[in-house]
Order: sequence, then structure tokens, then C-alpha cells
Amino acid sequence: METVRADVAIIGAGGAGLRAAIALAEADPKLRVALISKVYPMRSHTCAAEGGAAGVIKSDDSLEHHFNDTVGGGDWLCDQDAVEYLVQEAPKELIQLEHWGCPWSREPNGSVAVRPFGGMKKQRTWFAADKSGFHILHTLFQTSLRFPSIERYDEYYATDLIVDDGRCQGFTAIEMRSGQMKRFQAGAVIIAGGGAGRMFPFTTNGAIKTGDGMALAYRAGVPLKDMEFVQYHPTGLPNTGTLLTEACRGEGGILVNKNGRRFLQDYGMGPETPLGKPVFKTMELGPRDRVSQAFWHEQKKGNMLPTKWGDCMLLDMRHLGEKTINERLPLVRDVTTSYLGVDPVTDPVPVRPVVHYMMGGIHTDIRAATPLAGLFAAGECACVSINGANRLGSNSLTELLVFGRRAGLSAAEYVRSARPGNDAALEAKATAAQARIRSLFEKTGGKESTAGLRKEMMATMEQNAGIYRDANGLSEACTKLGELRHRYAEVELNDKTNVYNTDLLQALELGSMLDCAEAVTVSALARTESRGAHQRLDFVERNDTKFLRHSLAFHHPAQPPRVDYCDVVITTSQPGVRDYSGDHK
Amino acid sequence: MRLSIYRYDPDRDAAPRMQDYQVALEPSDRMLLDALVRLKEQDDSVSFRRSCREGVCGSDAMNINGKNGLACITKLAELPDHVTLRPLPGLPVIRDLIVDMTQFFRQYESIKPYLINDTAPPERERLQSPEEREHLNGLYECILCACCSTACPSFWWNPDKFVGPAGLLQAYRFIADTRDQATSERLDSLEDPYRLFRCHSIMNCVDACPKGLNPTHAIGKIKEMMVRRSV
Repeated sequence: METVRADVAIIGAGGAGLRAAIALAEADPKLRVALISKVYPMRSHTCAAEGGAAGVIKSDDSLEHHFNDTVGGGDWLCDQDAVEYLVQEAPKELIQLEHWGCPWSREPNGSVAVRPFGGMKKQRTWFAADKSGFHILHTLFQTSLRFPSIERYDEYYATDLIVDDGRCQGFTAIEMRSGQMKRFQAGAVIIAGGGAGRMFPFTTNGAIKTGDGMALAYRAGVPLKDMEFVQYHPTGLPNTGTLLTEACRGEGGILVNKNGRRFLQDYGMGPETPLGKPVFKTMELGPRDRVSQAFWHEQKKGNMLPTKWGDCMLLDMRHLGEKTINERLPLVRDVTTSYLGVDPVTDPVPVRPVVHYMMGGIHTDIRAATPLAGLFAAGECACVSINGANRLGSNSLTELLVFGRRAGLSAAEYVRSARPGNDAALEAKATAAQARIRSLFEKTGGKESTAGLRKEMMATMEQNAGIYRDANGLSEACTKLGELRHRYAEVELNDKTNVYNTDLLQALELGSMLDCAEAVTVSALARTESRGAHQRLDFVERNDTKFLRHSLAFHHPAQPPRVDYCDVVITTSQPGVRDYSGDHK
Repeated sequence: MRLSIYRYDPDRDAAPRMQDYQVALEPSDRMLLDALVRLKEQDDSVSFRRSCREGVCGSDAMNINGKNGLACITKLAELPDHVTLRPLPGLPVIRDLIVDMTQFFRQYESIKPYLINDTAPPERERLQSPEEREHLNGLYECILCACCSTACPSFWWNPDKFVGPAGLLQAYRFIADTRDQATSERLDSLEDPYRLFRCHSIMNCVDACPKGLNPTHAIGKIKEMMVRRSV
């Protein structure tokens, strides 16, 4: 098998992967960095992030405020040492991006502009219109072109990590255009493969978000942490699930039910704030978990508006006026007009909650290191954990910068003392991985199709692992996913060509999603409490005595995952009550 | 709806061919990409790229009834019942609707698409007024889908020598950025018979851009700067 040798190999070239690559190149230009991605870097899902990135920059704000907002927003499941590191590094990273050319929106005096975001006590969300992720991704991609030590492998799909001598030393990957498998041998590997929202049918996530990076680490024995925490974004387009950024509400948009009532005041987020004058951490600027949960209750009360796309609430931005909408939310106007035929300047936009983000992911420590030597992870695929039980909007772009860089620096340090690998042993493991792919590729007489199993998985997740959960539904989902895991072995491909085989790719992606989905449901069933985005109808209270802990799901090839727990790191903030009610802050 | 799709698999086909499909649409299907995703459930072997499905990532550019565009923001309601899909013209085909973008990205990279400013950066952000920032409007939204460059006859003829509308739009994006100091270096690198001057203002790029950008205008600006500095 053809071997590509690098000092550090990175899987995923979205925001986190590119930031890691640049950190490596800056740390030591002699390190050979291989950056592989299943898509061209600028196609990565970072490009779809809209609202912005949080970092303390204005004089009325403080690191302590950002820390407290994040830890409280995460319902105290965040590791506080990691949050301290995040808030301290955030402004440096955002300024660094500015120096690299990121076209941040500006104040009249030429300084960067910031906007309010849900669950944040001050204005600290840096933005570039409502295409912040797009501009961050392009700025990182462009900057990466300056460094000759970064070698890109675009449209390569990683299939298996290669672990030998107790450490990760590379992986196998399929070059899509030729269908050839290659062995990447590296002193260290960084996974930056993004989230797994596509295991649900209704999601803001693009088609590529299939949890491949998470599944790679998981199958290699690294636990997935806090997978039961799946974030619903309250304002998705009801037909496609396309995201309408929280900045709609940050700029002053309001949410009303079918009776025209701003219903969030009935769910502990009141009192009602004046129209067009959003108040921090109140009403429409409540955290995503609470706002999405309010939708669920309103539906039970029959207060949602029936539309041809299902029951919706209305996001009303008319009072913002055409000028503000065009300047600050151009993409929102574009998207609602093209996909729904609704212009936010003249009409309220129907919305409903949509799967958006995985708080959980590959278990890493504050150095972005996993328990497997030589393996690091950052971005949405990782759980470090700064998001705890509920991520605050605009912390994820910051996270991928801060911990993308950290992963790069940690890997650079690690490879300095890494011993050379045993070529023969590594080659043998790569050959075994190749045999696994070949048997899927060549299988005949299989009874199952990728599309069929995928539909069943999505239906199960939607039905049983949504905003509110209970033991019955989750048990049913666990059983169903176990069954799908068995049936997956019976998948037969129709397309047996080597060149750019998307049928094979989709089958492999389904395998990743099934692994992630099982980790979600098994961890959710085991967590018999309600915290942040994980709400149990049968265990409605938060239980700090038993569950102020991270769950860790360990992979088993033929059985459901085993769930274990580890402690949450608490430095200064003891668990308290999350208060989003007006002036009680 | 009826879809005629350009099919080519170099592993099996001696030559490309067109294949016809009938696709049953669901009421929720709004964009051409929705139809393609349905088709893929019928025939797993039909190959195309897609990612964000909202017109931001630039993956699913293709030639739709003779015009380049993004499948994910092309409305089914505005298409006739019979739609012919071909790969973007002028680039080598890898398979079906998937083209080899190497040449396109090589040209993009040739214009040094990153901020060049050799003065030591301040501790905080570099200042830029909202008016200065606005100079980037119409330039910085480019998603690199290649609809424009692959609609350009000059790029078809000289993809190795002519930067093409997408690359030139980006060249001007950095020239227009008040934080960038490399204007004269950037102009120098375009001062040759091909890189910039093969643009004959045919304006296919403007017609093709799914994001409503105007590369010809940006190219005109660069040409104007070239003239101004030579007199």
C-alpha cells in the first residue's frame, strides 16, 4: 500500500483542522503536516456557521463574565479549567484572525463590532455580517496557503486509525478520485472531523456531518464523552432545517406563538422586554436548551401555529427594518426568501427547533489530548469540555480556534519525543483495515441498503432522542440501533466502481453515524436526570449528587457501548441555579 | 420530473453518455439538489458533490440546462419539467457531475489569496472603518464554486495561463482591503498578456455567478489601476 509519511496528520480541514495545521506550521516549519479531508477545505461545515464567535474585547466586559455565562449555560457540566483557558485565549485568537484578514464587521471608530447572543451577559460576539463561519473558514484556508509545510490531501476519507505499541501512528484513507487506499504514517494524529447531526432527519447540519471523526476514535478505544447532550437550535426553517442564526434575536427579533404572545415569558425567561430592545440573558436571549424546550411545551398546549411545514412558532423581525436586516442579516433574508418564500422585512418567519450541535464527542483533556497516546482532537468532534450540557451560541467558533491551535501545539510537542514506528506492524494493520473495506465493497447477496438503514436510524433518533426523552423511548432506540448494527453487516453496495464511489462513502458514513447514535442513546438512557439539553420526562430534576459527572461511552464491536463516568473539573463556580429571568442576574 | 444526466465512469465507460431518469418528487422538495438526493436513492451510482445544501459551501456547482449554477439554490419551480445536467464545462471530468478542480484552485492560489501586511501587527485589531470594510462587499462573498471561471471562454482556452474570473475577483478583494499592503506586488503578478488581460469582458461570469457577484467589474477595476500606474 502506498504510504504517505508525515510528522503530524490531521483528519478534517474545517476550522479546527486548519487552525491546528497553521499552529503546527508556525511552531516548527520543519514538521511535515498532512491535512486530509473528505471535502475541499472550504466545503467544510464551519462555512455554515452564521452568528459569530465569542471573545471578550469591550471594556465593560470581563473574562469572568464570559466564564460564568459559559459554565452556567452548560448547567455546570463544563470542565472549568478548560473554560478558563477558552475565555482567556478567545480574544487573542479573534484578534489573530483579524490580523490574518478576517473581514469582521466594524464599529464607526474602526474597531471590531460585537453583538449580543443568547445566554451572554455582555456583547461579545464578533461577527462578519451573518456569514461569520464562512469568513473564518476562508481566512484560515487562505492563511494555510502561506505555509509550504502543510500538504493537503483533499477528498480523502479516513477509514481506520492505526494503533500500535499503545499509540496512534496514523490511519488508512481512501483517495476518492482513484478509490485507492493509502496509509498515512504519522508521529501524531489530530482528529477535527466535525459533528454528527446527520443521524437525525431534521438538522441544520450539512450532508457531510456524519460523525466520522468521532467514530474513528471510538472504534480505536477512545471513549465518547457526554454524547447524550444534543443541541436543538430553536430557529430552524421548518421545511429544510436550515439555520436561522441566533443573531436574528440578538439584533432584536422576537418569538411569538399562534396567539401573538411572546411565550418565552411563560417559561422562566421573562419579563417581556421592549420590542427591538433585547436584554441580555432574558426572553429571546435565553439559552438554546431552554428556548427549544419552551417550543415543546407550547406544542403540548396547542399554542403552535399549524403550517404546511408542520407546527411552527413565528420569528418576527419586521420591526428591525430593511436596512438593518440587509446589513446585519443578509443571509437570513436570502435563505428565508429562497427556501420558504417569506421575506423577513414584511412577514414573520415560521420556525421550529432543529438538531444543531453535539456537545459531546471524543474525550480530550485541556491539551486537546485523548487518552490514546499520539491522538488529539478538537472542534465539534471533541469534548474538552467547555460546552457542558448546553453550548452557548458563538462559543463553538471560538472553541475550534482555541482548541484547534492547542491540538496543533500539543501534537508538535508530542512528536518531538515520539519513537519511530514499526513499519511492518503498521503495514499489517493497514492491510487489515483495507480488507474490511474491501469486504464491504465486494459483498454480494446482502439484504440491506444504506438508504434504507439510514432512514430507520433517523426515524428512531427523531422519535426517541429528541428534546424530551424517557426510559421507554430510549430503551426502544437502543434496541433498534443494536438491531441496525447487526443489519449493517448485510449492506450491499450497488456501485462497485473505484472512481469517486459515493455509494461506498455513504455506506461508511452510515457506519459512523450508527456508532455515534448508539453512544447517544445508551448514554442518555443511563443519565437518569435532567440537565441542559438532556431532559428526561421521567427524571425531571438535575441530580448533582449522582450526575455531576461526564459520561464516557466505550465501544464494543458486537455489543452496545459500556458507559462509565468521570469527574467534572470545578475550579471556582459551584453548581447553582440557572437564572434567565430578567433582572435577577 | 425528467432528468437527463451526463454519466461517465472511467473505470467502465469508453465514452460519456447521457442517461434519462424519471424522479418522483415530494411536496417538500424545493431545490434541484432535493431531486438529485431522491435520484441517488433510486440509483446509488449517480455521482455528484454536495455538502451544506444552502448555497454557502460551493460543492454542488453543475451545468443546469446549459447554465452553470448551484443545485441547492436552483428552484425546482423555476425549472422546466425536463432538466439536463452536465458537469461544469472546461474542467476534466472525474466521474458523472464531478470535475477535477485542480486547475481552478491552482489559479486561485496563484493570486496569493491572503492578507499581506508586513508591518508589526498592533496588540489589538487593525482599525478599519465601516466604509472601508464596505469596499469588500461584492468581493468577499465568493464561495469558490467555479461557476464563473468554467463559464468563461478565455478560461476554457487558457486555464493554465489565465487566472479566470474567480481568482481575479479574489485578487481585487485583497487589493480593496485597506489592511493589505501588497497592491503593487499584486498588480505586478498580473502584468502579463494572459493572467489578467485575457479577460475580454464577455461577462459570462456575471451571468453565471449564483451569488450575484460581478467579477467583470472587479477585473475592470484592476485594469484601471494598471493603466493609472503606467501613466
